Amino acid sequence: MEVSLQDKDRIFTNLYGFQPWNLDAAKKRGCWDNTKKLLATGQDEIIEIIKASGLRGRGGAGFPTGMKWSFMPKTPTPERPNFLVINADESEPGSCKDREIIRHDPHRLIEGALIAGFAMRARAAYIYIRGEFIYEAKVLQAAVEEAYAAGLVGKNACKSGYDFDVFVHRGAGAYICGEETAMIESLEGKKGQPRLKPPFPAGAGLYGCPTTVNNVESIAVTPTILRRGADWFKSFGREGNAGTKLFQISGHVNTPCTVEESMSIPFKELIEKHAGGIRGGWDNLLAVIPGGSSVPLVPAAQIMDAPMDFDGLKALGSGLGTAAVIVMDKSTDIVRAISRLSYFYKHESCGQCTPCREGTGWMWRVMERLREGKADVSEIDTLFEVTKQVEGHTICALGDAAAWPIQGLIRHFRPEMERRIAEANGGQMLEAAE
Amino acid sequence: MADAVQIPDEAEVRARWGNFAFTPETMEKARAIIARYPAGRQASAVMGLLDLAQRQVGAETNTQGWLPVPVIEYVAAQLEMPYMRVYEVATFYTMYNMAPVGKFHVQVCGTTPCMLRGSDDVLAACKSKGLIKGGTTADGLFTLNEVECLGACANAPMVQINDDNFEDLTFDSTVALLDALAAGKPVKIGPQIDRQTSCPEGGPTVLKDMVTENHDYRGEWK
Repeated sequence: MEVSLQDKDRIFTNLYGFQPWNLDAAKKRGCWDNTKKLLATGQDEIIEIIKASGLRGRGGAGFPTGMKWSFMPKTPTPERPNFLVINADESEPGSCKDREIIRHDPHRLIEGALIAGFAMRARAAYIYIRGEFIYEAKVLQAAVEEAYAAGLVGKNACKSGYDFDVFVHRGAGAYICGEETAMIESLEGKKGQPRLKPPFPAGAGLYGCPTTVNNVESIAVTPTILRRGADWFKSFGREGNAGTKLFQISGHVNTPCTVEESMSIPFKELIEKHAGGIRGGWDNLLAVIPGGSSVPLVPAAQIMDAPMDFDGLKALGSGLGTAAVIVMDKSTDIVRAISRLSYFYKHESCGQCTPCREGTGWMWRVMERLREGKADVSEIDTLFEVTKQVEGHTICALGDAAAWPIQGLIRHFRPEMERRIAEANGGQMLEAAE
Repeated sequence: MADAVQIPDEAEVRARWGNFAFTPETMEKARAIIARYPAGRQASAVMGLLDLAQRQVGAETNTQGWLPVPVIEYVAAQLEMPYMRVYEVATFYTMYNMAPVGKFHVQVCGTTPCMLRGSDDVLAACKSKGLIKGGTTADGLFTLNEVECLGACANAPMVQINDDNFEDLTFDSTVALLDALAAGKPVKIGPQIDRQTSCPEGGPTVLKDMVTENHDYRGEWK
């Protein structure tokens, strides 16, 4: 059923930055082409088109984008305006797609910001870009200034009669600010600690005003969807998993890269076509983390023919996440690879909820002992149980994200963990091993 | 949560930084940042102003810069925020240095995607040149830290040194990079192998027209 995505259907044509990012060059690629006419489609109609396109949020959770926009109040007041916040805090280990959009095609994002902001009746968009994207933030700021100077955003944006501002806000190094309410806190000048929901941001978000937080890729694809139609976008990928998608392939492949492909492309095809295959051949594949560090790993045999989309990977007990595909061959110390993620979550926990603050450190310390086999077999069960106590017991999903990689490891590589314990105990094979 | 920071000796720091104020150029940038937020919401500018302050301290000390307590107090006063609120922000986010660093702040990404591609070698290369994790070399040139994912995973392993990324590293190219920086020689930013950004090594598998011209694909739309 898979037909290879053709270049003419790729949205991010300057993904690799072979050509300049500036306004003139972007216009020649089709950005800002009669945006006024797109806006004239009407606010509710734009939301309907995005709904019909089947676009699901590209930041990881996969929530339908059009539906999210429809939660915003239809009649905001000047005292309590609507805001669009664009999440460019790309920090999920494995993810590096928003960076390419921002540094090589920023006008797709800015045009998308105007269209999305207009549709949800926002007065301004804040683009929250992670602090470490220093060069990227400079490009984005310069592109925003170009758009202002050309009258594309600001007062009477694109001569549409609609006033809309776009502001760049730089972060300063905190993974948790990718969580939408932490991002709002951070935008308000505070520590990035997630808020309890409800109230949801669409009710009370930035400065207490209705706010929608969308990922960079979700916003940047919207102008092209409006230009080419919902049916065009929907023609890629399986039912419920529509569109094209930026895949980021890292780890033990021959040529790591970022590439736009059709949603639902089988894993093997994705890797063969764009990443030069697995280092050492397909028999050398051990496991894959298909959606960024927060999703459980999938062993080689299960991932091979899996469709790379939300539902296909969910069926394997994992997830598409941000489509950050981390490939691990048989040379990988799999326990160390996951333990390093545990360290990441320990480092990035904001410290607000006890199960996460204490649990991430505890889980990492146990993982480090398991890495060397300096543990008792029963501790694997204890660890699994603790991950279940962290999962779902915190304000935000960081606790879940810390728990899932470990759960995936135990689910699929328990024999390896037990083997290490046996080895550390002088080669004495325990009953449960293998 | 980042490890607890060591706040350097107060009296000495105060003597050096007690009179800190933004230069006119920095002040202009600060005003532009504050103007991005609604009136009365100037606290939103705190991250931007702390960054500016750290950069100014860096320029005055020929390092990447850091945030002495009197400098944090100055930022708080500019934004009419309680000192403690600004201090909380300064200590929460990892990019604010709470202690002096060297001229080059070498931040090696050690998270799993970089680890799989050889961040151990990058760290070993740093150590071979006398860099110490968490410390600064005696000549004040290099501060080394292992940091968490910097979002360049398709170009792993990588290191960020002050404002620049160096990607697709090996032991040898890391050594060469550090040598060049120490000698004050120009360095190549981005991938350290023959590669265009996150395009596959050896050339793109898609969008090949774009390599030579700013191709407009709209003519091929149905």
